[in-house]
Amino acid sequence: MSDYLKTALYDLHIELGAKMVEFAGYDMPVQYPLGVLGEHSHTRENAGLFDVSHMGQAILTATEQGVNIAELFETLVPGLLLSLKEGRMRYSLLMSEEGTILDDLMITRISNDENGLERLFLVVNAGCKDADFAHIEAKLAGKATLEIKDRALVALQGPKAADVFSRLIPTSATQAFMSMEFVDYKGIDLIVSRCGYTGEDGFEISVPNDKAAAFCKELLSHDEVEAIGLGARDSLRLEVGLCLYGHDIDTTTTPVEADLLWAIGKRRREEGGFPGADIVLKQIAEGVSRKRVGILAEGRAPAREHTEIFSKAGNKIGEVTSGGFGPTFGGPVGMGYVDIEFAEIDTEIDLMVRGKARPAKIAAMPFVPQNYYRAPK
Amino acid sequence: MSKYYTEDHEYVFVKGDIATLGVSEHAQEQLGDVVFVELPEVGVTFEKGDEFAVVESVKAASEVYAPVGGVVVEVNSALEDAPATVNEGAESVGWFVKIKMANPSDVEGLLNVEAYGAHIAD
Repeated sequence: MSDYLKTALYDLHIELGAKMVEFAGYDMPVQYPLGVLGEHSHTRENAGLFDVSHMGQAILTATEQGVNIAELFETLVPGLLLSLKEGRMRYSLLMSEEGTILDDLMITRISNDENGLERLFLVVNAGCKDADFAHIEAKLAGKATLEIKDRALVALQGPKAADVFSRLIPTSATQAFMSMEFVDYKGIDLIVSRCGYTGEDGFEISVPNDKAAAFCKELLSHDEVEAIGLGARDSLRLEVGLCLYGHDIDTTTTPVEADLLWAIGKRRREEGGFPGADIVLKQIAEGVSRKRVGILAEGRAPAREHTEIFSKAGNKIGEVTSGGFGPTFGGPVGMGYVDIEFAEIDTEIDLMVRGKARPAKIAAMPFVPQNYYRAPK
Repeated sequence: MSKYYTEDHEYVFVKGDIATLGVSEHAQEQLGDVVFVELPEVGVTFEKGDEFAVVESVKAASEVYAPVGGVVVEVNSALEDAPATVNEGAESVGWFVKIKMANPSDVEGLLNVEAYGAHIAD
């Protein structure tokens, strides 16, 4: 027995034959008998079910009526929250005073509570959740309170996800991308978001812990659905160019360096008003010295995290932050930071793998097309 | 043909002075899906215990050490385009290299089939 934390789905993982590993203090399934490649492909072609219960869920509630929760939370993140309508969600970044990234998170505007107090639903990374929640509580003390929701969170992802999920909840078929719905399903209160981190259409579903295993078994009873581990989750997100916190972004990278400008609203670029805004706005105006880029090697050798990147002239110009084999792409894919003069697409570089320079190029991301849900016109 | 294994799951199948090297079926199962195998070129010489290949699975890169020394006379070029061949048959179609052994006594101290079977059963 390990001392790691267990999610509500731990017993189900064991029952399904998962290989368990430690991740962010939790005992998590890295793969099931299908294997990482099979699980990856299954998710791209059918539907995969992921346990992401280790992530942190919380509701932030204003302490009194008249407190604008969106305006308040905009003091911590560079995203546009004022315009966020009820039930709509946004990817954003929790910022440090140095203009670097404390975490990336999902923020949803939910309905006011029974006392008319404004609320946001937050989902943050497992490895950062304690620090994030402490940070938010400290910064917003007296103005908002944070209620941590100890619930399971599962993701159903893939082109067949909506097909399967709408058999349980018919309205989910046309639920908008990046929206959240509170649903009663056979007496289980579900919080259903149409989002994910695989590049595929799908849902993230927050489930009460005591109902999570049975709910997952019901999803798995559909032929299209297989349980998918963290191994495939990593290759799926990497192929579509999504950042993994602690690897591709962290407290040493700014959103401008990380090429996440799209997560900074236009108004916020003009007004600032988030931690480290002076640094970030200066970088937007004057440029940065390094940038996150996609990397494609010419050969088949994957360049893993921390692989050094060299210019053709033989100077070290950066480092790989995520790298591996892209099963759908059909070859090695990676991302990393390079000096800005080498960040142009198609720039030829060398990856130093096991002491040998391997030719590669800076490449556009995503490496495979994203396949999110678009509402019919 | 005589079959030997190391405790680290490399194998050497010896026929005359030619040895076929690779990783065991058990190693293949542990590695999971193999996505890349880096092999030496024909003509390269290595000694017993030298790192002579690298096998990358979806999870990580693992060095492969030579159970015996010699000069490479043939490499399994199928692994270049189809690294998953290792998963299909680690001890058959998924062999890595054939070498001309420099020193027949290199096999001394390696595990035979029974001893290796007991080793992986532990």
